[in-house]
Amino acid sequence: MKSEDATDQAAEPRYSRRDVLRQGTLGFAGALALGGGLELLTRRPGTTGTAGPAEFAAKTYRGPYDTTEPVSRMGDITGYNNYYEFGTDKADPARHAGSLRTRPWTVTIDGLVRKPQTVDIDALQGQFPLEDRLYRMRCVEGWSLVIPWLGFPLAALLRRVEPTSAARYVKFTALADPKQMPGVRAPILDWPYTEGLRLDEAMNPLTLMAVGLDGRILPNQNGAPLRLVVPWKYGFKNIKAIVRITLTAQQPATTWSRAAPDEYGFYANVNPAVDHPRWSQATERRIGELGRRKTLPFNGYGAQVAGLYKGMDLRRYF
Amino acid sequence: MPGRVDSRSIPATRRLPETAWVVPAAVAGVLVPLAVLVYDALTGGLGANPIQRAEQQTGLLALALLLLSLACTPARLLAARFGQRLLWPARVRKTLGLGAALYATLHLGIYLLDRGAAPLQFVQDALKRPYITVGLLAFVLLIPLVLTSRKDSVRRLGFARWQALHRLSYVVAALVALHFWWSVKKDHTPPLIAAVVLAALLALRFLKKPAR
Repeated sequence: MKSEDATDQAAEPRYSRRDVLRQGTLGFAGALALGGGLELLTRRPGTTGTAGPAEFAAKTYRGPYDTTEPVSRMGDITGYNNYYEFGTDKADPARHAGSLRTRPWTVTIDGLVRKPQTVDIDALQGQFPLEDRLYRMRCVEGWSLVIPWLGFPLAALLRRVEPTSAARYVKFTALADPKQMPGVRAPILDWPYTEGLRLDEAMNPLTLMAVGLDGRILPNQNGAPLRLVVPWKYGFKNIKAIVRITLTAQQPATTWSRAAPDEYGFYANVNPAVDHPRWSQATERRIGELGRRKTLPFNGYGAQVAGLYKGMDLRRYF
Repeated sequence: MPGRVDSRSIPATRRLPETAWVVPAAVAGVLVPLAVLVYDALTGGLGANPIQRAEQQTGLLALALLLLSLACTPARLLAARFGQRLLWPARVRKTLGLGAALYATLHLGIYLLDRGAAPLQFVQDALKRPYITVGLLAFVLLIPLVLTSRKDSVRRLGFARWQALHRLSYVVAALVALHFWWSVKKDHTPPLIAAVVLAALLALRFLKKPAR
């Protein structure tokens, strides 16, 4: 045994401080690079939206058909949206819809009507008393919200323009302006977004033309300045930023139906018994809750609308 | 001075291997997104549908780490083509693969918790929804890979058998890519990118160099 061994304090040689410092720095940087890279690839932070720009000057009324369920958080209603014209992430519409100019805005009502017209949106909504309605909304993806809409029944609008006896369907067309809507610059969907209802569905007292939310003007990401609300159907039927309403004799082609005909139908009634080809529709998550709940036929509005589909095979006409 | 050591008892310093920092850095880097995810979950950063968001992010992390681990050998081979002999890609491969398994487990766990009150629905889902069947299969195939990632696994199995077993990781990656593709609603760009990356890694790994 060498004499040095007897006097060594430590049993092992140590690493030089310079080495440790250098490798520690490299390691720290490497960890940051990997962690940061992974975050960039996978993190999509949510967002809470903001309330609408202003309150309505005119008096509004409490409408019928309010649900007794608690209203969802405004931050969720205005921050969690499917509005592909502004991006496919749920947070995109709240982030990007600010670029949409909702005034001046005209709506053209044409097709098989006796009184076709092109009307300014303010003039249009001024013709009808505005009602507050608390509706459930169920997205085809399997989540739902309770939303305090403000608007007027579509039936009131249609009665004004007097559909002819040949009119069987109502077709809606949304704005698709690539300059204001970043999502429209790519063919994610076949723009412009179009939707449709059977005339009796459009005339049903539940069907709403919404111009406001929670007593305030509709935020852009929620479909300003005019959107459709059909609470017994999946959310994608509730077309936003409407520029044209056309009465037709033939069933109109709708955007999601064209995108995936075996997954999204024309009727799109909420139906726990008819699954989406790739996922189940039996349950849903109410946004704000952690558990799932059973989905109700017609989103719980069966009493008002089931009669419209008497004798219809709802699996075939999904 | 009392207690002062003389030059004979100052220990000689040992050189740290050049790439000693790589694996610890990889471990830390793999865990960063988990820390951020927990932070987001506690501060509402996950948004209105936190379960769905967490489920989605853990899935993406598992896929990303799986592809990164599969990129190690091609990286080593590519470097060798340019005369560089790199040893750290093989060492960091295990860390990245286990990281993928970690996030895959979290991803499955969140999904199961979501169906918690209705375990029957989970069984139904697994049988009726192809994208879940495929995802579950990918997870099951990960298990033997995780179990044989120990230091002595190569010795116990023999290198040939161990290597053959771990080729399964390419099958897992393909199944995950399919699971991803089938799970998106409309925007197929991310799963397409994943599939292209996987195809490129497969080509780099298995296509033979032209004979010289």
